[in-house]
Amino acid sequence: MRQSTRSLLLVLPGVGWLTVLMVVPCILVFVYAFFERGVYGGIDYRFNLENFQRTGEAVYFSIFLTSAKIAGLATLVAVLIGYPAAWAIARAPSNRQTRYLVLVMLPFWSNFLIRTYAWIVLLNREGLINRGLGGLGLIDEPLNILYNQFAIVTGLVYNYLPFVILAIYSSIQQLNREVLEASEDLGAPAWKTFLRVTLPLTLPGVAAGAVFVFVLSIGNFITPDLLGGGRIQMVGNLIYDQFLTARDWPFGAALSMFLIMIMMALLFAQAVAANRAQRAGGAIHA
Amino acid sequence: MQSTRKNLKTIGLNLGLALGLATGAVHADGKLVISNWDGYMPAELPDQFREATGTEAEVSFHATNEEIMGKVVASGGKGYDVLFVSSPFAEALNKLGLTAPIEASKIPNLANLYPEASELEYDPGNTFSVPYAWGTTGLCYRSDLVEGTPDSWMDLLAPSDDLKGKVTMLATDRWLMGAGLLAKGYSVNEADQAKIDEVKDLLIDAKKNLLAYDDTTFYSKLVSGEASLVHAWDGWCNYGIAENPDIKYVIPNEGTDLWVDTMVIMKSSENPDAAHAFIDYILGAETGQWVVENIMYKVPNKAAMEAVGEDMLTAYPNIAIPPADLLQGEMLRDLGQVQKAYTRAVSEITASQ
Repeated sequence: MRQSTRSLLLVLPGVGWLTVLMVVPCILVFVYAFFERGVYGGIDYRFNLENFQRTGEAVYFSIFLTSAKIAGLATLVAVLIGYPAAWAIARAPSNRQTRYLVLVMLPFWSNFLIRTYAWIVLLNREGLINRGLGGLGLIDEPLNILYNQFAIVTGLVYNYLPFVILAIYSSIQQLNREVLEASEDLGAPAWKTFLRVTLPLTLPGVAAGAVFVFVLSIGNFITPDLLGGGRIQMVGNLIYDQFLTARDWPFGAALSMFLIMIMMALLFAQAVAANRAQRAGGAIHA
Repeated sequence: MQSTRKNLKTIGLNLGLALGLATGAVHADGKLVISNWDGYMPAELPDQFREATGTEAEVSFHATNEEIMGKVVASGGKGYDVLFVSSPFAEALNKLGLTAPIEASKIPNLANLYPEASELEYDPGNTFSVPYAWGTTGLCYRSDLVEGTPDSWMDLLAPSDDLKGKVTMLATDRWLMGAGLLAKGYSVNEADQAKIDEVKDLLIDAKKNLLAYDDTTFYSKLVSGEASLVHAWDGWCNYGIAENPDIKYVIPNEGTDLWVDTMVIMKSSENPDAAHAFIDYILGAETGQWVVENIMYKVPNKAAMEAVGEDMLTAYPNIAIPPADLLQGEMLRDLGQVQKAYTRAVSEITASQ
């Protein structure tokens, strides 16, 4: 068998998988977006652009803004928590690092829904946190910390933090220690070494983790539904509702197209930035 | 009027689809495939049915009417024999030509129904549907946390200061809109766009005082004390009453809808005789009584309701509401084209901030 034929055969299952489960559904979504909903769901094949116009209406567009705000906040918090954690792990004795990384991944061994429900148990007005604080006499009235943006951001950060830690960890790992020593030898204080050397060199890891959290958060609908109590909608909920309760597939499809474009733009920007950083980093490492 | 945890179900949806395909494959063996809300009939019922008739019945679950509609409208209903859906959806399925006619001769237990239950306006004479359970929509509340007796839909939509942030509403479109429509004194099937818009604005204002929208766990929020007053289907309020007798159910002065959950047989069923036998089994007096005691909803089955114990009716007064009183409520009807206006209004309400 020739090398090229073999490569073709090897890549076939992967490409087939992606085509059937990724490309075809995306094309369907794209096509549906140009038609009209049927009275009882399904599609009326009458071409129109109304679904896209509707996506731009204030009430729906503001959901995109809210979603971006919530996802952005979750990203920021996740990076602020994740960076020091990743740093600590990367600087731990190497025989312990694997152990710590397993601990970071441990939550993934239990079901996402159960972990999200656990937050309801913690945060509700009669929940563990409110009972605890009340018991200590720190609060008189239970805090409203469930069914609002705070709860959603908490849930998102909790769920996606491991991705940030892993991404930043790997870029700290690759950091050339000699560069740091050089900075130190040349008299830079620790904070300056961090700001001028460490941070720029680990930025690709931060960017990769951040884009991951942002993209996963902006499309998430389970966390806002459970922890936001359905009062705060994110674009994922809006799309979910169009497909499963409003039975307006074409509008749901138009919203999905819009969301997919935002995600693609972000992933593309991240890839370009990573590429550029790698070339610049390569120069330093050499 | 169950609609099990929407989110768990989302995950389960793919599983459900896979299950649907799998059951389709074994269909030829004479197995019945039924779709119902999770927990809306006793779990042992299919086994009992098999023992009584020798026919296997496999139950798959849908979380909402809309979900099962989405599945069967797309597939023409292939793979299902009997569906449990609310009456407006049964009407829609009938209009779409997906339901099989009910052959009364194959369901002798139809005689057990209250006469009123065979004359419901969406399907007089039970030509395409058989009622399974019925009831009202109202307010379920903690009498120890709410001052006085709530008696108006406005107690939910514009709650007093001490109840702000402690009320929940149903988010399923017909019932969310229903609360606003009834509060304004309009029909629960209102078709006038100006009135729909007016109700939409009222419900957008009401959203500001909500703890959450909740179709599934509102009674446990009452039990835990997170919520004091919730928008509820009567049967599900009973789940709360079972855990805390301070929980009470009331129908507001402006009235309620009368909802009926029905059983329909799919036209594509390859086993219509067994499907009829299943419905007949459900309508048996003993089965009906067992259903009521299990799911705590009223059934339109006279023989079954008369067999329900007095202590149950005392503990859960809404089970004792007689059919004549139920019929005071306006029936939810299929809205046809107007449904689009309703779903759009609901999208805008839930999207508002």
